Amino acid sequence: MPHDGHDHTEPPDDLTLRVKALESLLVEKGLVDRDALDVVIDTYEHKVGPRNGAKVVARAWTDPDFLAAIKEDCSAVIDREFGYGGRQGEHIVAVENTPDVHNVVVCTLCSCYPWTVLGLPPIWYKSAPYRSRVVQDPRGVLAEFGTTIADHKEIRVWDSTSEMRYLVIPERPAGTAGWSEEDLARLVSRNSMVGVEHAAAPDEAQT
Amino acid sequence: MNGGHDLGGQHGLGPINAEPEADEPVFHDDWERRAFALTMACGMLGKWNIDEGRYARESQHPVDYISNTYYENWLAGLQTLLIEKGMISAEELASGQAQGTAEGYRVPNGESARKILASGGPTRMESDMAAAFKEGDRVRVVNANPLTHTRAPRYTRNHAGTISRRHGVHVFADANAQGRHEGAHLYAVRFEASELWGDDSPGGPVYVDLWEPHLTAD
Repeated sequence: MPHDGHDHTEPPDDLTLRVKALESLLVEKGLVDRDALDVVIDTYEHKVGPRNGAKVVARAWTDPDFLAAIKEDCSAVIDREFGYGGRQGEHIVAVENTPDVHNVVVCTLCSCYPWTVLGLPPIWYKSAPYRSRVVQDPRGVLAEFGTTIADHKEIRVWDSTSEMRYLVIPERPAGTAGWSEEDLARLVSRNSMVGVEHAAAPDEAQT
Repeated sequence: MNGGHDLGGQHGLGPINAEPEADEPVFHDDWERRAFALTMACGMLGKWNIDEGRYARESQHPVDYISNTYYENWLAGLQTLLIEKGMISAEELASGQAQGTAEGYRVPNGESARKILASGGPTRMESDMAAAFKEGDRVRVVNANPLTHTRAPRYTRNHAGTISRRHGVHVFADANAQGRHEGAHLYAVRFEASELWGDDSPGGPVYVDLWEPHLTAD
C-alpha cells in the first residue's frame, strides 16, 4: 500500500476507520469483490490520465481533419484512433481556443470531467471556490492560475450540466513548426485542457 | 433541488489555491482511494444510476456539503444509497457487523469491473423524437424549483439564451434521478454574461447543457 503521508505511530483518523469498516462490511456481505476495487484504483491512478488528452491535442494541432472531427464527436474519433473510451468519456466534444476565443470548463453542480482523456479531476476543479466563481468572473479565476487572456478575447465558460464532456484544445504555442506529435504533447498540461492555463512555450516543455 | 451543491454565482467561498499540477497526486490519502473504488464498485451493482448518485450527495445539509472534502461527500452519498436501497441496514453500518449475506446481486470481479469501466454508459438514445429548437433559437429557462434532482442550475433559471448546439436525445437527468429512464432533446444554450449577471459583469458567455423540459421558446 502506498505511503499515505501520515506518521504510522499515530492512530488512524476517523475517516480511515470509517472507510475500512464499510469496505469490510461490504466484502463480508458479498456486495463487493476486492479485485474489482483494485482494478478501479489501478485504472484511475495509473492508466487513465491527462497524457491521453495531451496526445489528442497534439494530433489536433497537426491534423486539421482530425480537429474538425473531434469538434463534432470527439468520443467516437478518439476511441477509434487511440482506444480512449469508457466511463465519463462517452460524449466528449472538443472546444478549440483561437485568437478570438478562449474556452474554460466547469461543473457548477458537481464535478463532471472527461475522465477518459484527463483522468480524475484535481481538487481545485471540484472545489466550491472554482465552481462558484468561474461562471461569473472567469478572468479573475484565470488570474489566480497566473493566466492572462487578452482583453479582446471572448472567454466562453462551459458548465458541464449534462453527460456531455468538454475538452479544451489550447492554442498551439509559437515556435513549434515542424515538431512531432510526441514533442508537442509535452507542451500540453492538464490545466490547459480545462482552459485555466495556456499550453507551455517550447522552452517550458515537460521532460 | 436548491441544495448546497448548486454553486454557480455564490460569493465568499475564498481563493482557489490550486495545487501545482506536477505535484498533485490522484488521491490525497488512502481512504480517498478506497472510498472512490467502493462507490464505483457498488454503482456497478446496478441498483442506482448516476443521477440518483448525485442526488444522494446533494441531499446533504448544505453546510455539510460545502464543508466536507470531496470524497467525504462521496462516502456520505454511498452510505445513503446503500441503506435506501436496502443493501445494508443502518445497524450494520453503525456496528460494522454483517447480518447475513446479500443475495441476488451480480457482483463484478476484477475482469468484469475492467470491462464495465471500458465500455462506459452512454446516455444518447436512438430516437425519432422531433427537436423543438434549432441552432440560433432564443429560449428561456423555466423558472422551477423542484425538491427533486435537477440539472438546470439556479443561476440560469428564468434567463434567456440562444441554442448553440443540439446534442441529440439523451436520458433526461431530472427524471432519471427519480428512476424514470426517459429521453429528451439536449442542447448547449449560450447565455450572455449581462443576461445572467447584469450589465457590469466582468464575465463572458456561459454555455449550459439543458434538456427540452427545462426550456421554453422566448
